[in-house]
Amino acid sequence: MKNRRNIISVKNLTKKYHDLKAVDQISFDIKEGEIFAFLGPNGAGKSTTIKMLTTLLTPTEGDIRINGYDPVSDQSNVRKSFGIVFQDPSLDDDLTAFENMYFHGVLYKVSKNDRDSRIEELLKFVELWDRRNDFVKSFSGGMKRRLEIARGLLHHPKILFLDEPTLGLDPQTRKHTWDYIKKINKEENMTVFFTTHYMEEAGKVSQRIAIIDHGKIVSQGTSAELQKRTKTKSLEDAFLALTGSDIRDEEVSVVDRLRRGRMMHRH
Amino acid sequence: MIGSLGQPLLFLVAFGFGFGSIYQRAGEGNYIQFLAPGIILMSVLMTAMFSGIDIIWDRQFGFLKETLVAPVSRFEIVLGKVAGGSTVALIQGTVVLILTLFVGFRPVSLLSLLPAFVFTFLVAVLFTSMGTVIASLMEDMQGFQLIMNFLVMPVIFLSGAFFPVQGLPKAIAFFTRVNPLSYGIDGLRGSLTGLFTFSPVLDLLVLFLAASALLGLGSYLFSKIQL
Repeated sequence: MKNRRNIISVKNLTKKYHDLKAVDQISFDIKEGEIFAFLGPNGAGKSTTIKMLTTLLTPTEGDIRINGYDPVSDQSNVRKSFGIVFQDPSLDDDLTAFENMYFHGVLYKVSKNDRDSRIEELLKFVELWDRRNDFVKSFSGGMKRRLEIARGLLHHPKILFLDEPTLGLDPQTRKHTWDYIKKINKEENMTVFFTTHYMEEAGKVSQRIAIIDHGKIVSQGTSAELQKRTKTKSLEDAFLALTGSDIRDEEVSVVDRLRRGRMMHRH
Repeated sequence: MIGSLGQPLLFLVAFGFGFGSIYQRAGEGNYIQFLAPGIILMSVLMTAMFSGIDIIWDRQFGFLKETLVAPVSRFEIVLGKVAGGSTVALIQGTVVLILTLFVGFRPVSLLSLLPAFVFTFLVAVLFTSMGTVIASLMEDMQGFQLIMNFLVMPVIFLSGAFFPVQGLPKAIAFFTRVNPLSYGIDGLRGSLTGLFTFSPVLDLLVLFLAASALLGLGSYLFSKIQL
């Protein structure tokens, strides 16, 4: 293994909402050029973590380094380092596909020449070039997703965050999308950090996986390592083995805590 | 835009002709001449305020996230928002000004339009910034009625847009004095008809300070938004 630098480094990251710890003392490192899958059941803390990594949310505790910069104190440099495709659409419906791309190019100060050629290349790749002058509000869910992926790649980020990027895409588009992302990953050494509920996809695409549950990382490693550790034959079984049983445990304790809190308020 | 012209037109016709004869009998002269600048700024305020509040929609539809992760300073984003909103509001004000001409409003001279634009622009910046402040504090449109009834309407009605601000009961007079729109209306009315209640310098000063303060506050609060 080459000695590559850590492009994302997270230490004891915590986010508290009142009494609830949405993210609880998580730590992980991601090497430059790696494809990293961040898996977990709904409400495990995936989106909260991504928001903290991408400057949208301030952590309660812990230390983050993105491309060497701190998202709390050096937001601008962090923001220049990554592209992101959010879980839910973040396009301007009242602009056309081309205008959404153009606006992004201006926001990220992509030079004029690069901007026009890249927009054309990316829109052709996601097969929206013919629809470039149509308003986004007339697009289907899958088309919006494709446009967002194209937009996230426009400024050639060093890191690409994908929060359930392939949700609602048909298998053809999903494959097509991953092929392209893997291609840029190789050609430009772009690091990819993604979340998904498709275990097969996670196993196939990623080089390393972290599994988060109830705000804590329960295990991390390659797909094979996780299967070996849990004595299972697929990533899906490993995932269930790691997150399955303690769901009930933790949920009871959360409810207990709430109940106790309420009783305290009453007295 | 066409839809938003209905309200000022209705106010202009209903109030203008409705109260016109009483106003004249009270010895104050032509009411349309008095009312038109107020109506112009009322529509500027509405447009400006709502383009600021637009940020809430951006937040609800997710587009705000795209802006928030961009490597652009928050001040630049708010400045862009305010510049855009103010421009639209200024155009709106111009269109309403043209409409008032049909109802009988007559500015004293063509040259008076120049200071009129300055006052209108400041009012537009002020209230777009106020809209940004509100939008940064609210998470959804739930509080919209509250803003309408307890902020927008009082600011319009207690500003001297519809009645002269001299000789008012003390409480009302106090509100008209702390209301920045009063100074905008006085400035615009003074520019277009030659009759100032305060002084043009005071009007300019108050508007400028209020607009800068709200723009600053708006950018500060906007930079504190967390999703």
